[in-house]
Amino acid sequence: MKVLVPVKRVLDYNVKARVKPDQSGVDLSNVKMSMNPFDEIAVEEAVRLQEGGTATETIAVSIGPAKAQETIRTALAMGMDRGVHVTTDEDLEPLAVAKILKSVAEAEGAELILMGKQAIDNDYGATGGMLAALLDWPIGQYANTVSPGEGSVEVKREIDGGLQTVNLKLPAVVTTDLRLNEPRYASLPNIMKAKRKPIEAKTPDDFGVDTTPRLTVVKVTEPKAREAGIKVDDVATLVDKLKNEAGVL
Amino acid sequence: MATLVVAEHNNASLADATAKTVTAAKALGGDIDILVAGKGAAAAAEAAGRIDGVRAVIHIEHDLLDKQMPEAMEATLVALMDGYDALMAPDTTTHKAYMPRVAAKLDTQQISSVTGIEDGTFERPIYAGNAVAYVTSDDPKKVVTVRTTAFAAAGEGGSASVETKATEIGDMGSEFVSEELTKSDRPELTGAKIVISGGRGMGSGENFSMIESIADKLGAAVGASRAAVDAGYVPNDYQVGQTGKAVAPELYIAVGISGAIQHLAGMKDSKVIAAINKDEEAPIFQVADYGLVADLFKALPELEAELEKVGY
Repeated sequence: MKVLVPVKRVLDYNVKARVKPDQSGVDLSNVKMSMNPFDEIAVEEAVRLQEGGTATETIAVSIGPAKAQETIRTALAMGMDRGVHVTTDEDLEPLAVAKILKSVAEAEGAELILMGKQAIDNDYGATGGMLAALLDWPIGQYANTVSPGEGSVEVKREIDGGLQTVNLKLPAVVTTDLRLNEPRYASLPNIMKAKRKPIEAKTPDDFGVDTTPRLTVVKVTEPKAREAGIKVDDVATLVDKLKNEAGVL
Repeated sequence: MATLVVAEHNNASLADATAKTVTAAKALGGDIDILVAGKGAAAAAEAAGRIDGVRAVIHIEHDLLDKQMPEAMEATLVALMDGYDALMAPDTTTHKAYMPRVAAKLDTQQISSVTGIEDGTFERPIYAGNAVAYVTSDDPKKVVTVRTTAFAAAGEGGSASVETKATEIGDMGSEFVSEELTKSDRPELTGAKIVISGGRGMGSGENFSMIESIADKLGAAVGASRAAVDAGYVPNDYQVGQTGKAVAPELYIAVGISGAIQHLAGMKDSKVIAAINKDEEAPIFQVADYGLVADLFKALPELEAELEKVGY
């Protein structure tokens, strides 16, 4: 089966986000950018499905500025076959992204879409669910284990109370959680090889998708800082303070 | 203006997250109805009617709603939304899994994990809580998930009528297979008054028994940092943080947790934070009201003994 993996270029998870002085957003100039970590897990899972003989072809798609091509190259260096780059300089909302991804999935004849459960920049956690609904496909959110079967895929999901297993008819969308796998590091030969793998260039207009934002960002601020409190000398003082000063015991 | 709030429940009982979401709906203004969709959920529907400020409860029963699978919830909600201007649900895994489906079908951009609503402007943390975005929506129908720790629960005293409705759910393409739920007599992590969490400093899963024994004395829930979960000390549903659960108890005790941004995002709204860590430079001390620099293996038995002295 054909597996499609959407990948997003985001602020590297080790870099602390800094709000711009004019409160228009987070400053992304001259900072390290990387593949969204949840997407990396999706790429790894797709490559494993191919190595295990389940996936016949793996396609990475990214919607973003020219540099998003680097993110696709990363996916290709990890072992995916080819890429689709939908170029836009706008910061698209999940609804617009899902609409574009729907067209890509249909054009490619994808049977399984593996994707991150959320992007760690805007934290919407919405694109996977929206895409599944637009395609009218079932979804397995927050996958901990993905086991493909004949015409179906079994997904063990991380839910609030523990784990839940569901069986989805293919085609389906599966979103990845942290413990699904540990993504590999691309080896140097594979990085070189990835440079020769094809990336198809597209624009949102090619899919006839209206990308006008629905939300207006009024401002972006630093979070309210929590004041550091006091250090206590011993456990007895800690319990005394919690009981008599804070009144929470 | 009318808002439909989707109840958090396990069929048998209604969860506190519902009343908290009602408070968020009140901030939006207008009438508030609650949907209880499930199988054998009559008691939860009745409880929903007692929440203050609710106009009506819509109770929908269906075999396929037993586990509130995303495809079944989408079919049920899309059919109901004609009469509403907004849809709201707590941002627990049950609701996060289907709300984007409904939003897409309504051609609406979902507003996720909202922590405040004022004059039609929604406040939501982005970048793991390192920034806060204030947004307004031009969509005719709003679809909103609510970070329940940011809202106090609406009180009781309501007497909304419960209206039973039917739903039509076609071929979902998905099927529930099984569930492994963590069994615990302790309170649920997101609703507990006291939470005590352990980090990588605990060293092993066995050592978590020291935390559990204190939790049992305090009637507290047990949580963990992502590092402790990744190390396999405790199951994933213990995880507090941006990619785990957000908690805001009266008292949060962090033990052997350095205080990565990821973790702080899930607990910094706690009323009082106490931290025990042997590294005095640990970032957790920058948010802790009370910090104790100590070896946790020495401090935890002492803590248990001190708690006994004050009557626990």
